[in-house]
Amino acid sequence: MDCIIIDDEATARAIIIQLCSNNCSLNILEEFSNAIQAIKYLNQNNIDLIFLDIHMPDFTGFDFIQTIKNPPKIILTTSDAQFAIEAFEYECIVDYLVKPIALPRFQKAIKKAEAKASKPIFSQSLSALEEEEATILYVNIDRRLIKIDIPSIYLIEAKGDYINVKTEDKNYTVHSTLKKIEDKLPDNLFLKIHRSYIINVHKIVDIEDNSVLIKKDVIPVSRSNRPELMKRLNLL
Amino acid sequence: METPNLSYINSLSGGDKAFEKQLITIIKSEFPKEKDVYFKNIESDNFTEASENVHKIKHKISILGLEKSYAIAVDYENNLKTSNLEGKVDFETILQLITDYLVTL
Repeated sequence: MDCIIIDDEATARAIIIQLCSNNCSLNILEEFSNAIQAIKYLNQNNIDLIFLDIHMPDFTGFDFIQTIKNPPKIILTTSDAQFAIEAFEYECIVDYLVKPIALPRFQKAIKKAEAKASKPIFSQSLSALEEEEATILYVNIDRRLIKIDIPSIYLIEAKGDYINVKTEDKNYTVHSTLKKIEDKLPDNLFLKIHRSYIINVHKIVDIEDNSVLIKKDVIPVSRSNRPELMKRLNLL
Repeated sequence: METPNLSYINSLSGGDKAFEKQLITIIKSEFPKEKDVYFKNIESDNFTEASENVHKIKHKISILGLEKSYAIAVDYENNLKTSNLEGKVDFETILQLITDYLVTL
């Protein structure tokens, strides 16, 4: 993947270049200390992936994303965890790395970018109708395929050999596993917070100690999943 | 007080001495400039700008393995946004600590 780095801090850029050197699929073409220079570059060059700092003087990473047309995949690099929720509202954002970035976490982000890169023809040729279908899930209940609008799902709980899919309007009991449905759900919206529960993070009402309130359901958060949940929150 | 260290840089380098040297050179060049801008903004009561400077410096604090100092910088950065100077002394002590450490590298 052809990449560029946008970060006003030279130290941060050097670190990303070093992290990229561990992955032969990454080809760093340019580095920029401000977003304006990068916009000019992008007007004349095709890029697969941008490592983008959010916190830059005058022109932030989010300003940058809103400015460019058809943004390529973007991995945000930042010292602030509090923008995570906002970040995942942008389709182009593949991952969100909090500095200082460790190599294993960086490699995980690259895998996500590569996974997204492996289906460009499909995703880029989606018509509006097909894009709409990408937010839809069909479940098999009593030999009927029932359509569920993915964003309306707020909770999925494991119940033995079944899962209970709770949506704004209705609950569905489906013969499946959490793992299978997790693979079908967008990472930016859903998070497994316990071995028996996946939640829609946009539907969280509040969090108290080791539990989350979603609609009227109080759901436990396992210790191992709590850090990822906290990362996703726009904490003040 | 914590001691700065190169653990993170070493973990990144995987033994690549050229990278370690290059990164330290960049930090030694960039840090004093960021520090100067911070002090100028504090002297001029430009607290919002100073919080931006702290934000940038705190990455270097974390790179040098100063976890507790990083938390102090985060609090101070937030305080500065409301023109609150609580944490100034501790933060500036950290700046001096890093300054002294970089001289040894």
